[in-house]
Amino acid sequence: MAYKIDDTFCTGCSACEPECPNQAIYEKSGMFYIKPEKCTECIGSFDEPQCVSVCPVDDTCIIDKSYPRYVAA
Amino acid sequence: MASMFENSSILRLKPLGGIKVEVARQSGCGTSGGAGKSSCGSSDGPADMPPEIWEKVKNHPCYSEEAHHHFARMHVAVAPACNIQCNYCNRKYDCSNESRPGVVSQKLTPDQAVKKVLAVASEIPQMTVLGIAGPGDALASPQKTFDTFRQLQEKAPDIKLCLSTNGLMLPDYVDEICKYNIDHVTITINMTDPEVGAKIYPWIFYNHKRFYGREAAQILTERQLLGLEMLTARGVLTKINSVLIPGVNDQHLIEVNKAVKARGAFLHNIMPLISEAEHGTVYGLAGQRGPSAHELKEVQDACMGGANLMRHCRQCRADAVGLLGEDRSDEFTLDKVEQMDVVYDLGKRRAYQQKVEAQREAQVAAKKAALLAQGVDDGMKVLVAVATKGNGKVNEHFGHAHEFQIYEVSATGTAFIGHRRVDHYCQGGWGEDDVLPSIVTAINDCHAVLIAKIGACPRDELKEAGIEPVEKYAHEFIENAALGWFADYRERVAKGEIVHQVRGDAAIRQGAYLAA
Ligand code: SF4
Ligand code: SF4
Repeated sequence: MAYKIDDTFCTGCSACEPECPNQAIYEKSGMFYIKPEKCTECIGSFDEPQCVSVCPVDDTCIIDKSYPRYVAA
Repeated sequence: MASMFENSSILRLKPLGGIKVEVARQSGCGTSGGAGKSSCGSSDGPADMPPEIWEKVKNHPCYSEEAHHHFARMHVAVAPACNIQCNYCNRKYDCSNESRPGVVSQKLTPDQAVKKVLAVASEIPQMTVLGIAGPGDALASPQKTFDTFRQLQEKAPDIKLCLSTNGLMLPDYVDEICKYNIDHVTITINMTDPEVGAKIYPWIFYNHKRFYGREAAQILTERQLLGLEMLTARGVLTKINSVLIPGVNDQHLIEVNKAVKARGAFLHNIMPLISEAEHGTVYGLAGQRGPSAHELKEVQDACMGGANLMRHCRQCRADAVGLLGEDRSDEFTLDKVEQMDVVYDLGKRRAYQQKVEAQREAQVAAKKAALLAQGVDDGMKVLVAVATKGNGKVNEHFGHAHEFQIYEVSATGTAFIGHRRVDHYCQGGWGEDDVLPSIVTAINDCHAVLIAKIGACPRDELKEAGIEPVEKYAHEFIENAALGWFADYRERVAKGEIVHQVRGDAAIRQGAYLAA
């Protein structure tokens, strides 16, 4: 699985973007999105998914269930 | 001697006994801006203030109430990200520390911000200070913040730069801050006790982890105080902002005042919590109220008799542009700025600044004369409200005032106490009767209101409420006007024409202050 950003809650504050260890987060016309193929759920990098921890709005960075769980290579 | 310093409300924190703090040294860091340099020759700073410090603060509207009449600062929102959560903040809007809740600033990239600043500074020579503050924390997006500063230092070397931060990342960026022309840093410090902090900050994000409650507050206060000490050691001026939250940190702020003073803070600004349910903040939704004018003044006074506090902060909207009481931000929206052909004219800016110096000297001389005319000091102190649109004069019509300035007057002088924001009474020439009672509430602790002009109807109602409307000093310098009225008032009391009475409390208006 990867994380995704619920754009109904995202304020576009950009706090998550620089925290991602994989540069998986990008901006498009003021909103932020996660590239699922780049997201590692922060496994192997940090104890907590960084986008979830830094995001000021609860339940905005959430698991995208349409992707299988990330497995470290 | 009435120095420029006494005349303004720049008040320096005196270090606590026994702790030696080197605020005054400029150890090659934070080179002072060229803004006033060419014209400063004659304006003598206060006796106890080193000239290089005076040079830094005298034209800074956030540090000097008197400078607020002549100079303007603007903020650009280039760093919207934040790394802590505050209960008085709703992240959808601007940070309610430096600006107002419920108002959104236009987010800009560093390049857009630089162009906007140059456009405004070319058009408005009063613009001498550029700040990076909310929404967000300037040091949570350090690249964007410092990229903006670096470009501005190259292109507009006479503009002073300042930044506001919650202090969490401050120790890591003190070296970077010293590289640019940044001589003012504002740190928001609401507590030094983690127990209190836990009631203000639900969490922080630090070292790739979220910390909650007491632990979060402990880290935050340690980092804030360390950052403050480091800035002091490097000779960078600091202003501490504290939000007064009744029942949470009101008494505790006296401890905060001591802690920041001991670490060399230059100014301490205690501001009221602005909290309404519709702002959607944790406090707003929980019904946490803000303080009354009296409660605010009480805590400010408790912090060393008010001698080291800044009282003129009006919690401006973050992206407001212009001088006191005017907002020209509509002229400088992103679209308009992108169309503009900006020519930065340093000569025009210097000429304006020289004119201001001359005017300030006249103001000081006039105040001296008014003080000489006062009789013996019998200890009487009253508050007066003043309507002004700048230049340090009583020059605003009652009906046009967005705010009133409050001065405490006694036979020994005048002291600026703060601002009271009000709704416009006069809309298109017609007095709005339902607005008047709210104005009366806002200045209810005052004995008189000094204005350039006032209509018959509000005049009667003010009198009814026990506030004397005074037009006699229209277009005079504020402090003279206040002293002149006070001498006259005491004479009438002495003659038995009127009876001196104590006034009540006043309310602090909630909601956004939209004019600069
Ligand atoms: S941190 Fe949260 S609110 Fe801010 S841009 Fe990222 S997803 Fe949006
Ligand atoms: S979970 Fe980690 S890797 Fe995935 S987007 Fe968030 S920060 Fe990046």
